[in-house]
Amino acid sequence: MERKIRVLVGKPGLDGHDRGAMVVARAYRDAGMEVIYSGLHRTPEELARMAVEEDVDVVALSILSGAHMTLVPKVIEHLKKEKGGVLDVLVLVGGVIPREDIPALKAAGVAEVFGPGTSTEEIVEYTRTHVREKRAS
Amino acid sequence: MEELIQMIRRGDRAALARAISLVEDGAPGSRELVRAAYRTPRNSRVIGITGAPGVGKSSLVDGIVDQLRSAGRSVAVIAVDPSSPFTGGAILGDRVRMKRRTTDPQVFFRSLASRGHLGGLTRATGDVLTLVGVAGFDDVLVETVGAGQSEVDVMKYASTVLVVLTPGLGDSVQTLKAGILEIGDVFVVNKADLPGADRTGAELEMMLDMRPQGGWRPPVIKTVATSGVGLDELARAIDAHYEYLKSSGNLKTRVRNRFLASIEDYLKREMVDKVLKAASTSGELERCLAALEAGEDDPASVASRLAARYLTAGPCSPLVRSEG
Ligand code: B12
Ligand SMILES: Nc1nc2c(ncn2[C@@H]2O[C@H](COP(=O)(O)OP(=O)(O)OP(=O)(O)O)[C@@H](O)[C@H]2O)c(=O)[nH]1
Ligand SMILES: [Mg+2]
Repeated sequence: MERKIRVLVGKPGLDGHDRGAMVVARAYRDAGMEVIYSGLHRTPEELARMAVEEDVDVVALSILSGAHMTLVPKVIEHLKKEKGGVLDVLVLVGGVIPREDIPALKAAGVAEVFGPGTSTEEIVEYTRTHVREKRAS
Repeated sequence: MEELIQMIRRGDRAALARAISLVEDGAPGSRELVRAAYRTPRNSRVIGITGAPGVGKSSLVDGIVDQLRSAGRSVAVIAVDPSSPFTGGAILGDRVRMKRRTTDPQVFFRSLASRGHLGGLTRATGDVLTLVGVAGFDDVLVETVGAGQSEVDVMKYASTVLVVLTPGLGDSVQTLKAGILEIGDVFVVNKADLPGADRTGAELEMMLDMRPQGGWRPPVIKTVATSGVGLDELARAIDAHYEYLKSSGNLKTRVRNRFLASIEDYLKREMVDKVLKAASTSGELERCLAALEAGEDDPASVASRLAARYLTAGPCSPLVRSEG
């Protein structure tokens, strides 16, 4: 059997906007992936724990609160801590992210950022291709 | 694989998580991993939690984990949600209710997709429980898919089964029909903050009193999982049932049943594979299908004939080859 792609759809911080996270979770499910939904208001530490225990390939963070510049690097820091210093999962970010913040997020370890209006096909396609690459390496 | 087992024994969270995936995916080496796991000492108490969708199983898990941790016990949770039969994908949402012990080092939580398996659990459940046992958790909570009717598999794996209901007449009548009354060791009327909890509780008590007496009489416990009401009483009931199992000798029976269930699973898979492979190589399967289409045979007769013919002979035996 082919290895299933597992994705953690995470909602860090004080952010009640969950529509985008649900849209993305359903798109992944419909693409045959197994999605673990974190629920609202998770701390970076909690999300990193979930990512490890659920053995996910992808940590998909949905943030519309404007706090992405503090939350995302913290999630990545905890992920590395849990995994002995390496970031072996694909970290994706979506939601309301100003264009000028994207380079800094990528420098922190985010693979890609998806803003409002992105098609779910594009998100699924990107995820599938890059999980394959990550697994192969 | 032996090394992975050692890492799990040392409490390496990532190693346990990885091992569960390997077993779930039936990846190369997973058989070897499971073999090693079964030969490693394990001693977990397995508590199953079942009930219709949305009755509050996951919320109760959160509360029970909290109770068990307060008692100093380490806990692993295995929560199963359904896979989509159309895409094979799944949204696993049981974690959403975990609010209390989310970063406790003595807690492990893993969501599993049912991957087409009926019965409320996944095919890999027995093996996953064994791996979790290797990690040395005192307790393992298993939350089944909320199917409401067919998730009786849990009794094959758990030493204590909690059946969760909510207030409302419709619910309890359904339960009676589904025969879920027979599998519960402890009955939980959750959402006791909603109207009708007393009545549902009383009805349950009555039905339980009508069961053949002797042995363990399952208690009925009212809870409000979201606020914590009744959870201490529930934890005491779980302990009491476990003590009963130990003192009555039934614990041994349950553990044996768990092994038997696993053997059964593997046996079914092996036998089905063997017969179908042999019958299709020999061309007999094709002939049987044609006979069925022509209305000259029936599936049960075909199955008995194929079983009689191929279960003793290997796929490459002279008998099969001469048929080809
Ligand atoms: C609907 C909405 C609400 C609803 C939320 C309902 C819900 N349950 O989700 C309600 C009315 C409750 C609400 C409340 C608030 N909101 Co509001 N809300 C919006 C609005 C209009 C649309 C968001 C939405 O649902 N879009 C539809 C979904 C499908 O799109 P999406 O989330 O962007 O997701 C897409 C992509 O971004 C991407 N994606 C998203 N996540 C992820 C994750 C990954 C990994 C990937 C790959 C892709 C991905 O894929 C999706 C599909 O394309 C936005 C404005 C906007 N246009 O974005 C403001 C907005 C997000 N809200 C805003 C604010 C300020 C608030 C409030 C604070 C208002 C207030 N003062 O009370 C509150 C806070 C609520 C809370 N507790 O957090 C601001 C945020 C400002 C900021 N970030 O700097 C926005 C941007 C409006 C604005 N222009 O000011 N809001
Ligand atoms: N009023 C009330 N609501 C509750 C109680 N326990 C849980 N809920 C709510 O019931 C809903 C379902 O709870 P879950 O714990 O997810 O139920 P579940 O049985 O695990 O659901 P599935 O896994 O989807 O079958 C949530 O909105 C909970 O907040 C309770 O004691 N009282
Ligand atoms: Mg649940």
